[in-house]
Amino acid sequence: MLTWLSLIVLTLFSGLAFAAGRRRAVAAAGGRARVLHSLPDYYGTYAALWAGVPAALLLLLGTAFGGRVEDAMLQTTRPAAVSALDPDRQNVFFSDAHAIAAKQAPSEVAYEGDLKVALDAKVAEAKRIGTMLNFGMLAGAGVLALAGFLLAFPRINPDFRARNRVEGWTSILLIGCSVAAVLTTLGIVLSLVWESWRFFQSVNPLSFLFGTEWSPQIAMRADQVASAGAFGAVPLFAGTFLIMFIAMLVAAPVGLYSAIYLSEYASRTVRGVVKPLLEILAGVPTVVYGFFAALTVGPLFRAGFNAIGAALPAGPLATYLMEVQNQMALVAGVVMGIMLIPFVSSLSDDIINAVPQSLRDGSYAMGATKSETVKKVVLPAALPGIMAAMLLAVSRAVGETMIVTMAAGLQAKMTVNPLDTVTTVTVQIVTLLTGDQEFDSPKTLSAFGLGLTLFVVTLCLNIIALRIVQKYREQYD
Amino acid sequence: MTDATLGATASRSAASTAMQARLKKRHAAERTFKAQGLAAIIVALVFLVVLVGRIVAQGYTTFETHTLSVPVYLNPERIDRSDLSGVNYDYIVAEAMMKKLGVQDDDLGTTSTKVQDLLSRDFGFQLLNKLKADQSLIGKTITVTGPLKADADLYFKGQIKRSTAEGDRKLDNQQLDWLDKLEKDGSVKSGFNFAFFTNSDSTEPEQAGVLGAVVGSAMMLIITALIAVPVGVMAATYLEEFAPKNRWTDIIEVNINNLAAVPSIVYGLLGLALFINWLNVPRSSPLVGGLVLALMALPTVIIATRSALKAVPPSIREAALGVGASKTQTVFHHVLPLAMPGVMTGAILSLAHALGETAPLLMIGMVSFVPGVPEGFTGAATVLPVQVFIWENASERAFHERTAAAIIVLLVFMIVMNAAAVILRRRFERRW
Repeated sequence: MLTWLSLIVLTLFSGLAFAAGRRRAVAAAGGRARVLHSLPDYYGTYAALWAGVPAALLLLLGTAFGGRVEDAMLQTTRPAAVSALDPDRQNVFFSDAHAIAAKQAPSEVAYEGDLKVALDAKVAEAKRIGTMLNFGMLAGAGVLALAGFLLAFPRINPDFRARNRVEGWTSILLIGCSVAAVLTTLGIVLSLVWESWRFFQSVNPLSFLFGTEWSPQIAMRADQVASAGAFGAVPLFAGTFLIMFIAMLVAAPVGLYSAIYLSEYASRTVRGVVKPLLEILAGVPTVVYGFFAALTVGPLFRAGFNAIGAALPAGPLATYLMEVQNQMALVAGVVMGIMLIPFVSSLSDDIINAVPQSLRDGSYAMGATKSETVKKVVLPAALPGIMAAMLLAVSRAVGETMIVTMAAGLQAKMTVNPLDTVTTVTVQIVTLLTGDQEFDSPKTLSAFGLGLTLFVVTLCLNIIALRIVQKYREQYD
Repeated sequence: MTDATLGATASRSAASTAMQARLKKRHAAERTFKAQGLAAIIVALVFLVVLVGRIVAQGYTTFETHTLSVPVYLNPERIDRSDLSGVNYDYIVAEAMMKKLGVQDDDLGTTSTKVQDLLSRDFGFQLLNKLKADQSLIGKTITVTGPLKADADLYFKGQIKRSTAEGDRKLDNQQLDWLDKLEKDGSVKSGFNFAFFTNSDSTEPEQAGVLGAVVGSAMMLIITALIAVPVGVMAATYLEEFAPKNRWTDIIEVNINNLAAVPSIVYGLLGLALFINWLNVPRSSPLVGGLVLALMALPTVIIATRSALKAVPPSIREAALGVGASKTQTVFHHVLPLAMPGVMTGAILSLAHALGETAPLLMIGMVSFVPGVPEGFTGAATVLPVQVFIWENASERAFHERTAAAIIVLLVFMIVMNAAAVILRRRFERRW
């Protein structure tokens, strides 16, 4: 609230600076704007930027990091009663003090006796620090705004190159925005690596990557039996791979064949109707596919297999088929395959269209039929691109979350049986991180280990795909 | 000579038969191949039809609802004027219902419980609100209209059938008889389910609606749009118009392409670690959701903007530079405005994609139950796709129909956004 108010005041001040700067420039030129180096507005903008931007940056940084600074200052001194607690409880204590001071809901921990006294003291301290920081921030912003204006304003004279200065600011802004994309990557890598590193302090990375047992049950109390869970991720990788494989079995042929038909056989009208329809299929949110898988495809497949089981003569196979579950890998795989069809088809379509017409003409001139041209000329020419498209589809399938969360199971199993229930990396990440868990336990941190693995695998797939395309792209240019 | 000609003809005809056979085979292969392609398209379209058809079939019944009007005698003996909130209004309504149905409650209250199972708790809330507004109603008989409980509603919609064995359905034969009786005397009316659009999430299916989720989605998209569009457009402008071609810009370019393909759940992990644990942004708020989705939408906005900028011909730039505009003026006064339709189309499409995204939002605590409309950008909120996920997990059957209805609402929003993008493209697109 305070920040918003001060930002509005700052904008007003900036506007005044603009007017003042512009006036000064015009006055200095004796009213003849032609004499000025730049258009009058540039002088105004120059003054406004110096008056507004540094102060606004301070305000934004202060809002983003104020809480952290407050926490750090709060924790410099620890009352004896607090130091006696174990480290986790100490954190809860400080976050509660912070929450009460900020009028947010604290945790449900009850404080009594010395702790209550300490808490009240800390709350008062937090309030004091908060007020101090706020006033410091505001005063700093005010000083910056004034100093910026006083720096810029006297410089304004007819020879001053205001346009170049303003354009300098603009390019800094533009560069800053492009760096944001890099910062996102850096943020992803750093946060995943940092949290995974904390995870790997309690679990050996090798036993995580190559262990074959996954049961991340961490006891709520330290003295409980079997408090150490097993964090072997191989069953998750196997499940992810199985579902991805089934999905590709559906998506690759259907997607590729429809791309071939659309680009080589279909008339303009058919193409004009079918392409937008496929785009609709591509635009459907994955949670909708998940719902479809869980409530339509799952029960349907189950009923189908049960019926087959009932029709077969009694035996282990029939019994097995009678007992299949809704959450079999086949359901999630098939629905994910449907989701990937438009993805594969539109990528392959672009690639097939990029094959030069002269190649086809040459093939027809030799007397080849259309299908022979496609199979022997167009597809080989488009092969690298199609390979890349398939790899991208695989990467999508591996990272897909909602369909598997809603339609696949939770049991970590190593199996290649599509009728069995399996679980995937993404399902486990969701399961581990939804619900109320303490953030520091290996159980929650293992989600970041899985996330890091997922990120690395999809990144590798994408890079390989890009490489394949780059390497063979210019062959026909 | 003749022999030779004959031989040649014979061999030619032999060759021709063989060739004919081969040609036939090749044409057959051609037909098969074409049929396979057509089959693939048909399969894809059938999937689309089945998907949409199933969801509409499951969801459209939500838009109809059944309400019941019942005259309620506000018995002064049961209502304590000093403590209006403490009165058991549900029982007062149940009494009125039993009177209407001509049944008596037994000592254990079995009948009244069964009657209460047919009525939404909304009746009780209505009585409370009416009494709070006007205490003189006590002792009078007023008519209250409210929704039936979801199971009773499902019976009228034909989804709970009398033919099902009594033990397998939620309502027993007596309750179904009562419902039939109520329908016959005209106290049950069916109508459009406005409550679905004016209520937020609730534990009672008949009172659950999508308003909170729609508002939450809108707030989140505002944050996403305010961050992703300007930053994305400026980044693309720099990379396309200003950046020198060197190793750094190459790295940025590869980086953006890779970011566009990072699984969305990884963005959720980033949001959890960065925004929630490190920057202390409130969990499950539209603010943190919007920030995460903005990071996710950024690469697609950049890619779309770059291709829109590429489509502006160099002659425009040269003309502007030729009359003395600076590089910055050229870009901001001429190139960018001309590329705007393409930029906006790309931006709307990536926002539509962000609207349907669920997985990263689960990571940042958006799965919590939020009754009511979000209080602000930092308050707890839920959004449409997550609402779908939450309801899908609910065990009551009535929630399944509501899940499908929420999906229909979500799809309508996405279709509107996509249509806006298409119209923008058709209306303003220029061919140079």
